[in-house]
Amino acid sequence: MQISIALIVLVLSLIVFSIFYRGLPSLTWEMVSQTPKGGYYFGKEGGVLNAIIGSLYLAFGATILALVMGLPVAMLMNIHLRKFKKLVNGVRFLLDLLWGVPSIVYGAFGFSVMIFFGVKTSLLAGIITVSLFILPIMIRAIDEVVRNVPVGLLEASMSLGSNKSQTAFMVYVRQCSSAIVTAIMISFGRAIGDAASVLFTTGYTDSIPTSVMQPSATLPLSIFFQLSSPIQEVQNRAYASAAILTIIILIISVLSRVISNKYNKNKIS
Amino acid sequence: MKSKISIQNLNLSIGKNQILKNINLDIPENQVTIILGPSGCGKTTLLKCLNRLIDLEENVTITGSIFLDNEDILHTKSDLPGIRKKMGLLSQRPYPLPMNIYDNIAYGLRINGIHNKHIIRESVEHNLKQVNLWDEVQHRLKEPASRLSIGQQQRLCLARGLAVKPEIILADEPTSALDPLSSTAIEKKFVELKEEYTLVMVTHILRQARRIADYVVFMYLGEIVEHGTADEFFNHPKQEKTKAYLEGIFN
Repeated sequence: MQISIALIVLVLSLIVFSIFYRGLPSLTWEMVSQTPKGGYYFGKEGGVLNAIIGSLYLAFGATILALVMGLPVAMLMNIHLRKFKKLVNGVRFLLDLLWGVPSIVYGAFGFSVMIFFGVKTSLLAGIITVSLFILPIMIRAIDEVVRNVPVGLLEASMSLGSNKSQTAFMVYVRQCSSAIVTAIMISFGRAIGDAASVLFTTGYTDSIPTSVMQPSATLPLSIFFQLSSPIQEVQNRAYASAAILTIIILIISVLSRVISNKYNKNKIS
Repeated sequence: MKSKISIQNLNLSIGKNQILKNINLDIPENQVTIILGPSGCGKTTLLKCLNRLIDLEENVTITGSIFLDNEDILHTKSDLPGIRKKMGLLSQRPYPLPMNIYDNIAYGLRINGIHNKHIIRESVEHNLKQVNLWDEVQHRLKEPASRLSIGQQQRLCLARGLAVKPEIILADEPTSALDPLSSTAIEKKFVELKEEYTLVMVTHILRQARRIADYVVFMYLGEIVEHGTADEFFNHPKQEKTKAYLEGIFN
């Protein structure tokens, strides 16, 4: 066990180390405060503000959409449909399958739907595609905790005259608030870090989008394009962009811990 | 003796197991009815039929009728939350809602459409006093209910049930997780409450039944063996099984 722990710590620190070792020297204020100027990809001035803002828009949008769709599903599976265990287990199995589907498949699916409706690459198309991609993660992460809520709590709430939906959104949501925050965090991390699903759907641009119908840059694609460059300086900027992405995820994790601890105090054991 | 609930020819199976067999029972109004019996005899299931929490279980087939004030609640078209609201529930171990003490009682009022802060505030105070909890918690109403002791939590659950003004209180071994002092508090409260409410309590503690019962139902393997007033039941039991159970030589 010690060996596996050591191995994990070693690999993780190597990744973080290599990102920051190559990225930090290039991580200037210019990187995070400017959009790419002409010739940026040849090592001239500019930054990746377009990708930072684009990724945040995309990840926040997709996470909120997935939460709005996923939370009711997780509640439905455990409260309204609790008599239909076979059906619910079937749904769980399907969701686990969807969890395992590579994100490029979601990207391709989103792309084909966009073609059908004649929509061009845009932030909105990206948000919808990514939200579908993180939806199974969101639902199953919440579901795993909601299914372990003691049935006594359901009975207590119902015996006070509340219906199932009131029980779901006024009692269960509070009881599972820390799990919901964790689910949001995991989903957000997946959303902001994924390149394949946004490749066809969100596109790429050097400017910051001003409407959801415009294409948008994202950090993973920005890293990809910079890393493909033969110029050493641009490659280093790719590592700097990766460092920015890592820091964003770190901030989100810390924030979510703080929030979930705040809301966890009412939880009954 | 006026009956509040009338159970007629109730049969219940879960899958292929028949849990309740031909139950016929009248539960008297404004009295404490105790349902006695060994584990697994269907006491809790019977209780769950009354407030229809049995609907949450899988593969259940029920036949027969349960009349509450002449309405058959097993075959009713009126809404279930409305029926459940008439019956407060006290479970084996307390399940306070995951919110603060104040909101635990306010919740039932709010979902039933009462949002006037003044009325809620009064109801919280009144019902906490009803269960003798007010003095202990009046300065910590905004604290999570989960921080109370188990005994306090159970009294909070009773107060929460009373706040929605039920007609009946169902209790499923409500003292089994409590210390003797809290148990006594609950028992005393039950005896007081029968002035206004009809109480049905499941227990396996014979002495508790002797202390507070007005009417006793003895169940064994899903059937009612004997039922009658406390005096009849404890002092002049008719069935051999009842005698054996009361003498503690039952197995």
